[in-house]
Amino acid sequence: MTAPLLSVTGLNVDYRTGRRRSFRALTDINIEIAPGETLGLVGESGSGKTTLGRAVLGLAPVSAGSIQFAGNEIGQPSPAQRRKLSRDLQVVFQDPYTSLNPAMRVGDILAEPLRAQGVSRAQARDRVAGLLGEVNLPADAADRFASEFSGGQRQRVAIARALAIQPRLIVCDEPVSALDLTTQARVLDLFAEIQDRTGVAYLFVSHDLAVIRAISHRVAVMYRGAIVEQGPTERVTEHPTHPYTQTLLAASPVPDPERQRERRLARLALAASA
Amino acid sequence: MTQTLLPSAAPSPRAPRLGVMRRLIRNPLFSVPAAVLLLIVLAAIFADLIAPMSPTTANLSAVNIAPGGEYLLGGDGAGRDVLSRLIFAGRLTLLGSATTVGVAIALGVTAGLIAGYVGGWFDQIGGWVANLLIVLPGTIVLVALFAVVGPNVILTMVILGFMMAPNFFRVVRNQVIAVKNELYVDAARVSGLSNGRIIARHILSVIRAPIIILGASVGGAAIVVQAGLEFLGLGDPSTPTWGGMLLDAFNNLYVGPHLMWPPGIMIGITAISLLLIANAVRDALAGTDRSSRRPRRRTAISPVTGAPRSTAPTAVLPAAAGQPEPLASTAAISTLDAPAILKDTAEHGVLEISNLKVAYATGREETEVVHGVSLTLERGTILGLVGESGSGKTQIALSTLGLLPAGGAVTGGSIRINGREIVGERERVLSELRGKTIGYIPQEPMSNLDPSFTIGSQLVEPMRLRGDLSKAAAKARALELLDRVGIVDPARVFKSYPHQISGGMAQRVLIAGAVACEPELLIADEPTTALDVTVQAEILELIRDLQRERNLSVLIVTHNFGVVADLCDSVAVMRSGEIVEHGSVADIFARPRHEYTRLLLGSGLENAPIRTLAAAPASSSTVSEES
Repeated sequence: MTAPLLSVTGLNVDYRTGRRRSFRALTDINIEIAPGETLGLVGESGSGKTTLGRAVLGLAPVSAGSIQFAGNEIGQPSPAQRRKLSRDLQVVFQDPYTSLNPAMRVGDILAEPLRAQGVSRAQARDRVAGLLGEVNLPADAADRFASEFSGGQRQRVAIARALAIQPRLIVCDEPVSALDLTTQARVLDLFAEIQDRTGVAYLFVSHDLAVIRAISHRVAVMYRGAIVEQGPTERVTEHPTHPYTQTLLAASPVPDPERQRERRLARLALAASA
Repeated sequence: MTQTLLPSAAPSPRAPRLGVMRRLIRNPLFSVPAAVLLLIVLAAIFADLIAPMSPTTANLSAVNIAPGGEYLLGGDGAGRDVLSRLIFAGRLTLLGSATTVGVAIALGVTAGLIAGYVGGWFDQIGGWVANLLIVLPGTIVLVALFAVVGPNVILTMVILGFMMAPNFFRVVRNQVIAVKNELYVDAARVSGLSNGRIIARHILSVIRAPIIILGASVGGAAIVVQAGLEFLGLGDPSTPTWGGMLLDAFNNLYVGPHLMWPPGIMIGITAISLLLIANAVRDALAGTDRSSRRPRRRTAISPVTGAPRSTAPTAVLPAAAGQPEPLASTAAISTLDAPAILKDTAEHGVLEISNLKVAYATGREETEVVHGVSLTLERGTILGLVGESGSGKTQIALSTLGLLPAGGAVTGGSIRINGREIVGERERVLSELRGKTIGYIPQEPMSNLDPSFTIGSQLVEPMRLRGDLSKAAAKARALELLDRVGIVDPARVFKSYPHQISGGMAQRVLIAGAVACEPELLIADEPTTALDVTVQAEILELIRDLQRERNLSVLIVTHNFGVVADLCDSVAVMRSGEIVEHGSVADIFARPRHEYTRLLLGSGLENAPIRTLAAAPASSSTVSEES
């Protein structure tokens, strides 16, 4: 009941940049995600938020600390572990233009993770039809190539791929950043609806505080490879305590001239006092 | 966010794989050589059935006879039928070429895949061996090896295959390294696919095309090399080959000069066919590659002059006077507080666009992307042009700058700057206008600075061209501008190269460049989209300050209503190449009339309710599994 689904403790990630030099991308990261929960990870470019997502997926070099998924250590998975893990852990990337192989049909893209888990071809085909329905794509989409779809539709395909094997946690790396405003709102609704229905948990990475606020139950704010503030969405996004979070909030423009004027003055005051 | 609304952005109606085949067959540069090659291969295979005589039967009366009669192409130096020998000779020649290609692909592709995918020591050693083989002169090695190998054509061609393998190795390795880092390969890895399956499904499908192309050209080269060796007498004299026939013809050059033609033409046709096929395949695939990708932004634009990079500096020399002087002071006073769109003033707006149409040529058709847009920017105000990707907002900005990408053109309407029509104006006039009257702030600061010049030289150069400043004066002015745009250490940044500064700083530099020649009109195309929000806030503040300080008129293209709310006096909302609503910012945000404006404003997430976990305290460790 109370056990977290994902728990990251004391995580460091170092990238080698030369023979003896390395670059510390993440420092002492501690996060937990409960089943069915969304942890929003917000930060600016270079803050390490994407690296944290990749570390959870086993795609980044972990140099210290532990990443536990449902009680099992998954920091540096072997290929066999990885295959087992992928049943529970999936990903949706930012760029719907490069995260789908342009030379493959949507049906094959969606069947791929199923086939990798040993699902038979016929069963996979049935499941693909169901998946397309779940993300509101037409059934004939399976026979078309990813390059024939718009950005929003491609991101739906990527979401369907992540959902294919009913994972327990999906790492979402800026999944709506490349989308137009109206599309963004619809795709976020889809994420929320799927979560409410299936109980999947999200580690949701974004640079956009408004997006994070709309999708997350809890929010962690990253700055220069470390988490500076973490807590329930309302507290972090409306009454931030850390100066960086305050700066971030004040810098995000609101689409309302009056409120934006106030926010701008607040930002200038904050900058002057700093 | 802003992608240019190129027609190629539309989803391609047909599946690319089928498209490639169809396009290939329709292309005579593919279908003709392919048919010729097929004919040659079939003739070689069924030589026994179609050749009129045995290739080895000698007839003394037919020695060196001219073409005609029973001997269609004449007889060779030993009295054998040239046509029959030509047909049979295809066998060994084509087989030899295929052997070379096969060996080269088998070795080069396998090694390239491993080197690219796994990397490490295998990659290093592989690279070494490949380099070594490439520097060896192939033909000379083969000539030398003849002493060891003897007259064995196939073995010789196997060795040639070894020598050709590095070509495949390099191409495959580089392609694999590029594909390996694509997100879809990461996604496949997360899906639990084994390395073998990832290579087979995702990587082979990408490298297939270059292998086919390279294979065809290597095949052509192998035929030529083989013929060359045989011509030198290093072939197998017992079996007819085209090279061997050439040698025979050479020996009888004075008695039977016609013997030179048949094998020479066959070698030429076969090699050329292979090369043409390779070219056609490459062209066909290049077409689909483009459509499967997100359309990239247009050409880089020089930061200060606003001229396309390719424009030679001489083209932007200050032109003679003759530009009507704007009625600056009166207009500025009368319209300072007026919403920019209202057209009831008798004065010219700084920028007046009426019924503007922009179209792109695709093949023979034209696709119109802006359908008759009218708007006016009053002096000293900021107008926001807002819309989603593909709405045509960037097209309007680029039309105003006279910088539509290739294929695009203004097909109707007018653009007036200070009352002066610029549609149809000569490039020299436009380029003088840019920089002097119009400043431009682009979306992606980094790609708009030339990495091989210092920031300083990129600022100083255009100022000297435009403003007749001495070098020292221009430098002083550049330093002053850098300071003005909020750069902390102007002298250091002046000497820096673009890669040494951050994106936010680069945008400040571009803004400095845009205002360097005191323009009246500033066009900013998504100036903060590529920046972090904290940097965005600072850049917006800077644009606001400069606008007030210099009474600039600003046209800002954006997709972000927050930016509009922060900065603009008036706003025009675009959808599908049309303006659906325009008015003052206060009006549009408070009372959006058009349904699309309401949809856009309603899609903002700022007022979205905060989600709660059903029956769950949201603090970290005690979250219930219920959802």
